[in-house]
Amino acid sequence: MTALAANAEPSRWWRSRTVRRFTSHHLALLGVAMITLLTLACVFGPHLLPYDSLYIDLRARFSPPLTGDHYLGTDPLGRDVAARLFMAGRTSMLVAFFAMLLSTLIGTLVGVIAGYRGGWIGAALMRTVDGFLSFPSIFLLLALAAALKPSPAMVTVIVAITSWMEVARIVEAEVRSLREREFVLAGRMVGLSGTHIMFREILPNAMGPIIVAATLTVARAILLEAYISFLGYGIQPPLPSWGNMLEGAQQYLDSAPWLAIIPGAAITIAVTSFNFIGDGLRDALDVRDDRV
Amino acid sequence: MRGFLLNRLSQSLILLLIVSVIGFLVLNLLPGGPLAQFGLDPGMTQDDLDRLKEQLGLNRPLLMQYLDWAWRLLQGDWGHSFRDGAPVLAVIGRHVFATLLLMGTSTAIAIAIGTWIGIRGATHRYSMFDHVATVGAMVALSIPTFWFGLVGIYIFSLRLGWLPAGNMYTIGDGSVLNYLHHLILPSIVLSLVHVAIWSRYMRTATLDAISQDFVKTARAKGLSERRVIMKHVVGNALLPMITLAGVQLPSILTGALVTETVFTWPGMGRLFLDSLGYSDYPVVMGLLMFSAILVILGNLIADIAVAIVDPRIRLG
Repeated sequence: MTALAANAEPSRWWRSRTVRRFTSHHLALLGVAMITLLTLACVFGPHLLPYDSLYIDLRARFSPPLTGDHYLGTDPLGRDVAARLFMAGRTSMLVAFFAMLLSTLIGTLVGVIAGYRGGWIGAALMRTVDGFLSFPSIFLLLALAAALKPSPAMVTVIVAITSWMEVARIVEAEVRSLREREFVLAGRMVGLSGTHIMFREILPNAMGPIIVAATLTVARAILLEAYISFLGYGIQPPLPSWGNMLEGAQQYLDSAPWLAIIPGAAITIAVTSFNFIGDGLRDALDVRDDRV
Repeated sequence: MRGFLLNRLSQSLILLLIVSVIGFLVLNLLPGGPLAQFGLDPGMTQDDLDRLKEQLGLNRPLLMQYLDWAWRLLQGDWGHSFRDGAPVLAVIGRHVFATLLLMGTSTAIAIAIGTWIGIRGATHRYSMFDHVATVGAMVALSIPTFWFGLVGIYIFSLRLGWLPAGNMYTIGDGSVLNYLHHLILPSIVLSLVHVAIWSRYMRTATLDAISQDFVKTARAKGLSERRVIMKHVVGNALLPMITLAGVQLPSILTGALVTETVFTWPGMGRLFLDSLGYSDYPVVMGLLMFSAILVILGNLIADIAVAIVDPRIRLG
């Protein structure tokens, strides 16, 4: 955020144009509110509910929502769906958050080097990005997940490996256009090293698009984790995730539809919120919109 | 035109080369490599595994192995399925049609509805319709396709009983109507995300076209607004959509694969999952490569199509 802070008055950042624009974006505010609520629920919810997410009670199997203290019903093992939903939220959102950090790191590194160096290094890096984008992400994701041991950390890494390309493309384009600007030429003239110019001079100026892309990557990562866990190749039970709560829900769709509907609704709410926030940030940070 | 074609073709070939390297690395850098599933077989000793490695040439330098693998790929020898020994290409060939049918139908739906929403949003900018379409598109992009499929099955198959819950046809009934009946729900589910994407792009493209000089000219000529929009604006706005169709191909394919798993649709996505379940790596690798080639080919065709329709591109 250094670039933004430098442009705005340092002591009154909350009055800057960026913040004003973001706070006048209603959907983005709605997104922030929903994510805040969801995060609070996932952090404190499990402590407030009467049941533990792993407590199995075979007498209470398939209780529909609002049965006694089971506000969202129970699953095929009689575990409380509400408790599992919040614990799963912790897993899913943490995995998505760290996958975003890692993929943004990879994408930024590749993008900065490709954009600044250009030439055959840049071409080779960007063709590699194209190559990764040619695979349907789900195939790549599932092939890696099936072969590697799907611990939460490994799922994070796999999701990051299949989602860094978008950031790399955005950063590369941004850096390529910044490379010829006066402040970079000036930096070169006074003898700053390439690494210094790339990461200390150019990168802060490309921060806006990176922040927007990172926000949208969280949304994407939640979807990807949910899908591979739904198929049984992601987060492994008994650790709940929104995706693996849906695993097996299809066979009970007729008799216990809440098992499918509730976790999916949570995923949709979280993903929608991050997409809203990303949209608001795009407006606020003046990022040119190539995607939509 | 010739230079353009050669340029595009060589770019696609380079991309193909890179894709094959990535595919090969995925296969080899995985723990156990190509022999991974045999390592779990209790009937195999370490000596057997070493001997097999020797026989299959897996102890050679990685570069040699890659060249050998790529050469056989080029010749159409994609290996054999571990499950039934059938050639990988033949196994994939049996499942391509179902996937293409699903992709084609839902793309047609997405283009029809998305184009309409996009044009209407652009011509009635900032209207109620435009706002609802904008927010609706963002929500539609956020709904997990597989979950939307489950909800669709719950409502239309289980509660209302209007549509089948899965499969491509009823066994013993090969009529076209039966196929269509099975096609409705999965293709609508798959099209949701693409209606959203398509409508957003179409709105932007229409707005771009409306601000062009030739539209002012057309209006100045006294053409009716309807005619200006339909003929001059939409025609030009559709041009970039051809490129979009190419760019969207991986995501449509990904969506189709996801949809197939929920609807037990006998396409490549279903095959991929089944093969993963059996650790049938030759088929898994084959599908990985096949889908990437399909995507590269699709982009190439889209680029050529744009060049044919739009003379400006050929000059540039």
